[in-house]
Formats: sequence, C-alpha cells, structure tokens
Amino acid sequence: MSIKLQKGIDRKKRLTERLAFGIFRALSFLVVGILFVILGFILIKGFSVISWDFLTTMPSDGMTKGGIYPAIIGTFCLIGGSVLFSFPIGVLAGIYMNEYAKKGFLVKFIRMMTNNLAGIPSIVFGLFGISLFVNTLGFGDSILAGSLTLGLLTLPVIIRTTEEALKAVDNSFRHGSYALGATKLQTIRRVVLPISYPNIITGLILSIGRVSGETAPILFIVAYFTTKLPTSIYDQVMALPYHLYVLATSGTDIEKSRPIAYGTALVLIMIVLIMNLMANALRRYFSNKVKMN
Amino acid sequence: MSKIETKDVNLYYGDFQALKNISMQMEEHTVTALIGPSGCGKSTYLRLFNRMNDLIDNVKIEGEVFVEDENIYQKGVNIDELRMKVGMVFQKPNPFPKSVFENVAYGLRVNGINDKHIVEETVVRSLKQAALWEEVDDKLHKSAFELSGGQQQRLCIARALAISPSIVLMDEPASALDPISTAKIEELIHELKKDYTIVIVTHNMQQAGRVSDFTGFFYIGELIEFGRTADIFTSPHKKQTENYITGRFG
Repeated sequence: MSIKLQKGIDRKKRLTERLAFGIFRALSFLVVGILFVILGFILIKGFSVISWDFLTTMPSDGMTKGGIYPAIIGTFCLIGGSVLFSFPIGVLAGIYMNEYAKKGFLVKFIRMMTNNLAGIPSIVFGLFGISLFVNTLGFGDSILAGSLTLGLLTLPVIIRTTEEALKAVDNSFRHGSYALGATKLQTIRRVVLPISYPNIITGLILSIGRVSGETAPILFIVAYFTTKLPTSIYDQVMALPYHLYVLATSGTDIEKSRPIAYGTALVLIMIVLIMNLMANALRRYFSNKVKMN
Repeated sequence: MSKIETKDVNLYYGDFQALKNISMQMEEHTVTALIGPSGCGKSTYLRLFNRMNDLIDNVKIEGEVFVEDENIYQKGVNIDELRMKVGMVFQKPNPFPKSVFENVAYGLRVNGINDKHIVEETVVRSLKQAALWEEVDDKLHKSAFELSGGQQQRLCIARALAISPSIVLMDEPASALDPISTAKIEELIHELKKDYTIVIVTHNMQQAGRVSDFTGFFYIGELIEFGRTADIFTSPHKKQTENYITGRFG
C-alpha cells in the first residue's frame, strides 16, 4: 500500500525549504556586509591621511601631526619576535603531541591546558609578561619582553593547528615509510611534515593576525610615545594598536589626532592583510610542492 | 630451511584474539596466498613478518615468528633492518608526495645510502623490475601523484624492491585497481617470484589461484587449511574451505 500525500504538503515543504535557505543566505550576506561597512568606514576616514610622509615620519606636535613610522616599525618587530619565539616551540610541541606522546592521560592533560591557555584573557598575559619578562627576568619594557608575551598568547593556536595538520595526514604515508625501514623522526621530517606544511602555515597566518592586533598584552610594555627607533631587542618600541588606543582616548588633543587615528587603523588593517597574503603565498608554495591530488 | 616460519602464533588486540595458534611455513621463491573473508586475520598475519602490528596499541603476540631462521620477536632485533629485508606493498597505493625518482630512492636515503651512482642505478633497476620503467622514464622528476593508480601501485612495488628485500609482502595489492592494472600486477608477481619470496593477501579467489603456489585459508583467526594452491582449489580437505572457495559464503 502506498502512502497518500496530503494535499498541499508538497507546496508547504517547498515553501519551508525556500524560507529556511533564504534566512541562511541573508545572514551570510549580513556578515559580509558588516565587514564591508567596517572596512569602508576605515578606508573613507583614513585614506586621506595616508601618504608616504605619514608612513615614514615621526609623530609630532603631541601626536596631532606627523606620521606613525615608529609604531609601524615597532609592530613589525613584535610580529617577527613573537613568531620567532612561538612558531618553533608550538610546532615542536604539536609534533610531540600528535606523533610521539602515547594517547592517554598526559596528552589529554596537555591538550586541556593548551586550551585553557588559549582561554586566558589577553590582559592577564600582559600582567604576566610584566611580572616575568619585564621585572623578574629584567628584560625591561623592550621588544624582547613584548615579543615573548605575545608569543605566549599565540602558542596555543600554533600548537593546535600543528596538531590538526598532522592528524590530517593519512596513516598510510607513515606506514609506507616505516615499511621501508625509516625511523619515526625520518618519517616525520621527510614525509609527514612536507604534507602538513600548508596547514601548519595556517596557524602562522592566524597568529600573525592576532599578534599585530593585540593591544592588551603589550599595554604595559610598549611605548606611549618615542621617536627613537630600536637598535636592539632590549629597546622599547611603539606599536600600532596601542598607538591607536592612545590617539583615540588619551592623546594630547583627541579631536585633532582623530584623522591620524583612522589612518593608523587603516595601516594596521593593511599590514594584517599583506601579512596574510604573504602567508597565503607561502602556503600555496608548499601545497604545490606537495602536489596532493 | 624455510624462508618464513611461524610456530603457534597467537595475537590479541586487547581482549580480542585475532590469530589462534597459527603455524605455517613458506619456502624461498614461492608465492603464498592468504585468503579468507574480511576480519579473518589474514592481513594481521601478514603484518607479523615485518612487525607492522607493533604500530597498533595494545597488541600482544605469543609464539614464534622466524624470518630466515631468526626469531624476529625476540629482544634485540633491529626492526628497521628487518623491514629492509621484508618489503611491503599496501592495499591502497601510497606513494609519497615526492617525485617518482625520490619515491624509489626513499628507502635508500633513510638508510644512509646517498651515493649518486648507487641511488640512480638502484632506482632504474627497481623501476625496471616493477615493469614501470618504460612508462615513467621521461617523468622521473614529476610528482608521483601524476601517475595512474596502477602505475602508483607499481611505483610502490619498485620502492619496496629498491632496498633489496628478500621477501615481499603484499596486502591486497590490486584491490583498488582496475582489471588491466590488476593483470599487470599479477604478471609482475610471476616475474618477481624468481628473485623474491612473496606472501600476498587477497580477497580475490581467482587471483590467489592464478598467482600463488601455496594457499592458506583463514577463518575467524584460525588457519583452516594450508597447502599447494592446486590442491586447495581442486580438492580441499575441509568443508569450510570448499564452501568458501566455491562461493557459498564469504
């Protein structure tokens, strides 16, 4: 016996379907819309300020005139320093977690702690950095202390993405390598890592984006104002996000420095964008090298 | 002297006993096929000989496994050396994300052989032995992923041969391949028999009949019957073997 469809049920099904996906679509457009509004706002307000001089000169007249050169340099120093610190440690820890450690209590515990580390508010990292790196270890308000603090912040991201990247490598590659008399380390270095580089690079992209934008962790470490460019890792620097914060809330003349604030925001966004594009290029390079089907 | 011999081997995955009292001998320059329905333990048994089961947690092995008269499960056995002696080809072609050349050279390189002449010579010889040379001699430095599935599998065979094993284990080497590629692999097995001892796990009864000299029939962890392939297929002693071979179950 066949089931008889009630009259109109077909139309009702179609309608529900259309309504549901209509809402989903509207919401995704909304997200894109918000992004465009923010970008557009910053672009319109900040574009007129941007000039070669703005990018390459020191701030002047109580930060109401001049450029943001030291903050740009400072941000690059902090990005470089923190990545140099957290990328190797994070990748090696990820390798240990996924390839070496026995699946059991220890790994679960480390993973839980890594997740907890990721959940700590960034301002707490700032306090920790000040007490450990600046004071106890005596690095002072320096690039070194700032980089280490930001590095700690991004460590969980890099560990997790490395782990996931390695997990995605099919075991048949590992077994194929072992079956040829390769050791675990050889297998990881020659087969597993090359396959997972593109995904590990994603972790790098994420952490660079994070580092360039974070203000809270370096709130107590970077300079409010300096025209001295760093010559060593023990020098203090300005940073774009903090500079933005200063310009918007506690500058000498907030109204006058507002356009510079928008300009700074635009530069910050552009730097993140360029960094991401570079990291993406790197990712593509490794993907092509691996040539996975 | 048997090339491979197992005596009363029991293997457990945790509480589950996957192999029950398996004793078997394989002679040099023969092809032995291991057949049986899924989950019967034939692949597990094959993986004993190059200790690939070691990679699985919670495996317990009892009994003795001899490869060239050496008990490979006693203390002090060098597993990497064992795996150079006992090559393996897997069910799914698993070339590395490297060039054709570097895939074959891999086993040499990880074992410290980097001399350009030796490596080149070995790669060419192995590709020829695997009947792949003529198809890839102009794309040695292209990615191995550009080859077809059948070519990839022969590449994996070449890769296994490059480290000069005396035994080659094949775990359903043709199950992911089309009939023409399968025929090529079977032909290859005939050729390789002259120089190597081959143990092959297969789902395909006709294949076992075509390529092997000896056949072992496994069922739920037990070796039900083992003998000359011709005998097993024409006059099996056990009812279960006959049922399986004639397609009544499995």
